[in-house]
Amino acid sequence: MHESQVKIYTEDLNLFYGDNHAIKNIDIQVQENKVTALIGPSGCGKSTFLKTLNRMNDLIPYVKITGEVYLDNLNSYNDYDIVELRKRIGMVFQKPNPFPMSIYDNIAYGPRTHGIKDKAVLDEIVEKSLQSAALWVEVKDRLKQNAFGLSGGQQQRLCIARVLAVEPEVVLMDEPTSALDPLATLKIEDLVQVLKNNYTIIIVTHNMQQAGRISDHTAFFLNGEIVEYGATEEIFTVPRDKRTEDYITGRFG
Amino acid sequence: MTRDLFDKELESLHNNMVKMASLAEESIEKTITALKKHDVELASEVFRDDDLIDDLEKIIEKQCLNIIARQQPIAKDLRTTSAALKIITDIERIADQSSDIAEITIKMASEKYIKPLVDIPKMAECARAMVNKVIDAYVRQDVELAKAVAACDDEVDDLFYKIILELTGIMKNNPDTVEQAIDLILIAKHLERMADHAINIGEWVIYNVTGKHYKFNDNRHEDDKVEN
Repeated sequence: MHESQVKIYTEDLNLFYGDNHAIKNIDIQVQENKVTALIGPSGCGKSTFLKTLNRMNDLIPYVKITGEVYLDNLNSYNDYDIVELRKRIGMVFQKPNPFPMSIYDNIAYGPRTHGIKDKAVLDEIVEKSLQSAALWVEVKDRLKQNAFGLSGGQQQRLCIARVLAVEPEVVLMDEPTSALDPLATLKIEDLVQVLKNNYTIIIVTHNMQQAGRISDHTAFFLNGEIVEYGATEEIFTVPRDKRTEDYITGRFG
Repeated sequence: MTRDLFDKELESLHNNMVKMASLAEESIEKTITALKKHDVELASEVFRDDDLIDDLEKIIEKQCLNIIARQQPIAKDLRTTSAALKIITDIERIADQSSDIAEITIKMASEKYIKPLVDIPKMAECARAMVNKVIDAYVRQDVELAKAVAACDDEVDDLFYKIILELTGIMKNNPDTVEQAIDLILIAKHLERMADHAINIGEWVIYNVTGKHYKFNDNRHEDDKVEN
């Protein structure tokens, strides 16, 4: 892999939940402005790994992390303030989780937290973020309405817009379409393709076909290890490891 | 609109197919001009073009496999992808046959032809026009145009038998002509095969559009056909 810059990389990353060695010796380089998919059976550590990238595991008791994570060549655990780190690495979750407030306030929430008060500036951020999340046209006439009135697919795009509002550089997505119908899923997938021009995207998915459709690189996790990592085209046509082949062809997992 | 990336991949596949077919069409024109003019340099160019066509075949093949593995095409998309995989084999064969003719041209470069070349260029023009038409049918996804390609094949076949007859006569009268006459018959055979490949492509175009296999020149009784 040489086509673009490395945005995030890890060195010998391990994570333990008490005695449970959940992530083992992960060395991975994530390319900037690419979509990297993490696939693997349940419990293989892919979501846990994703959360190490923006330090979402920090507050979980009994978690011990060894090894290093770097964002733009600076150590994510030592060189960054956690608020700064999370501003640069946004996250979208499995189920859409809008705040119980208006569509507008959902998007403005992050920028306000970071000190932006000017109404005109906020208006601009809200519109731009909703545009980027391909939701603006559908909601521009009802920005003051409660976000819970949106459909599941719209709520998820709202959550993506909310992440974009604080202008991150990396977007982590933890099974962002698993609660959505096929059409809403395809909309998010198209959106991911557009977003990668401006963001680095790492997506955990149980849906192998989705990884095939939208990612540039794929990492196959098994029992906390990365079995294989490479160009998605290669992984899906000529995987090197028999275990990868068995998983993507549905023979185990 | 959804599945933008997939549509872009199909578009790129489509463009490469057109490019490959256009190169094959050009190769027929070049190889026959080279034959007519004893032009060794142009005949060599046909070989070089053949390498480009082979490269494109590999690229398209990879694109198709990639689409199948990553996009799981169904319905029309699946037919388009599988038809592309079949069509490129025919295009590649057409280009190979141009090369085969170019090889004979180079071999005969210093010889005076035993007869003026009239029907062979006519055959070549028919074959080229068929390839041109079938590419058009592919681009426009036009079933009627694809069927029209088959109509030209009768002319190609008639010319082929006419050439054989004429050359047989020449050989009988003068055994010294046998060697070149055989080469010319081989050239005519290559052109006849090119026309057949164009027809095959037409059949895949029809399958792509309608989902049904359509066989030209299938004179068998309905009861004798294997269900597909």
